[in-house]
Amino acid sequence: MSDDTDQLLRRILTDVLGLKPGQADGFDADTGLFGHLPELDSMAVAGLLTELEDRLDIVIEDDEIDGEMLETFGGLLAFAEAKRTGA
Amino acid sequence: MTPATWPCPLPAGGAAREYALVFDRGRQHRLLIVPALFDESNRLRRFTVEVMRRLDGAGIDCFLADLPGCNESLQPLERQDTTDWTDAATAAACHFKATYALGIRGGCLFTPTGLPVWHYAPVKAASILRQMLRARILAAREAGREETRELLAETAVVSGIELSGYRLGADFFRHFEKMAPASRAATIAQEAVGGSGLWMRAEPGEDSAQADALAAILIAGIAP
Repeated sequence: MSDDTDQLLRRILTDVLGLKPGQADGFDADTGLFGHLPELDSMAVAGLLTELEDRLDIVIEDDEIDGEMLETFGGLLAFAEAKRTGA
Repeated sequence: MTPATWPCPLPAGGAAREYALVFDRGRQHRLLIVPALFDESNRLRRFTVEVMRRLDGAGIDCFLADLPGCNESLQPLERQDTTDWTDAATAAACHFKATYALGIRGGCLFTPTGLPVWHYAPVKAASILRQMLRARILAAREAGREETRELLAETAVVSGIELSGYRLGADFFRHFEKMAPASRAATIAQEAVGGSGLWMRAEPGEDSAQADALAAILIAGIAP
């Protein structure tokens, strides 16, 4: 499950950020996202979360979204994995 | 590719000129395109035009019409209702003598009746609003304000709401949030086009392979 979530998350980030194939493979737990990538504004983050919901088959409540979870790839992955386990 | 204008009916009677981007050589097959809505319209515009270039090359006239209140329109968006957009698409189809129509994403909610219709990656209005409300909540939170979806939706149906820079009227919001694409259209899913949908990109992008694929599906349906 965890490997699967990791790969899906990289693919979603590739789609949203328009990355070249393989570019997201270089992301590690500390890679900065929201607040680090200028193209990842609130509209793009909203799109990213919608894609997460659709492709990971989870529901993200607005009050679950905080700066910490969006700040790094590791934070977002931990959130997505916890959501999938709980679902 | 040329700019054109067409008479779009006004709710109180009369008509206003609206803009359209057209490939019109007076050919037999004529496709009206109802563009994606709001933020997605910007992200998909170049892709849409790339598809139009391919249709033109295959002998199909095509027309990308602005809905009133969108893109180059001089009409105020906040005064539009959903019926105005349906009427607009119908009027555009009539003016350009369209023989087919294509809706893109949210544009699928407004494709005219009475023509063979394709829907590319159709989306429910509720999904569009959900994402726009989420973006607003995130932006507010970043600015140190707490907003909730429930409260925003309550406000929206009474006094309208601004979402991602788009000022939507109360009537529009009430009617729009219930809309879903009609089932009579032929649906073109993203899987048929390949790759990932360009509407989810943070920045407008393009993809010639996807434009080729979408155009090929339409060409096969129009002029086999």
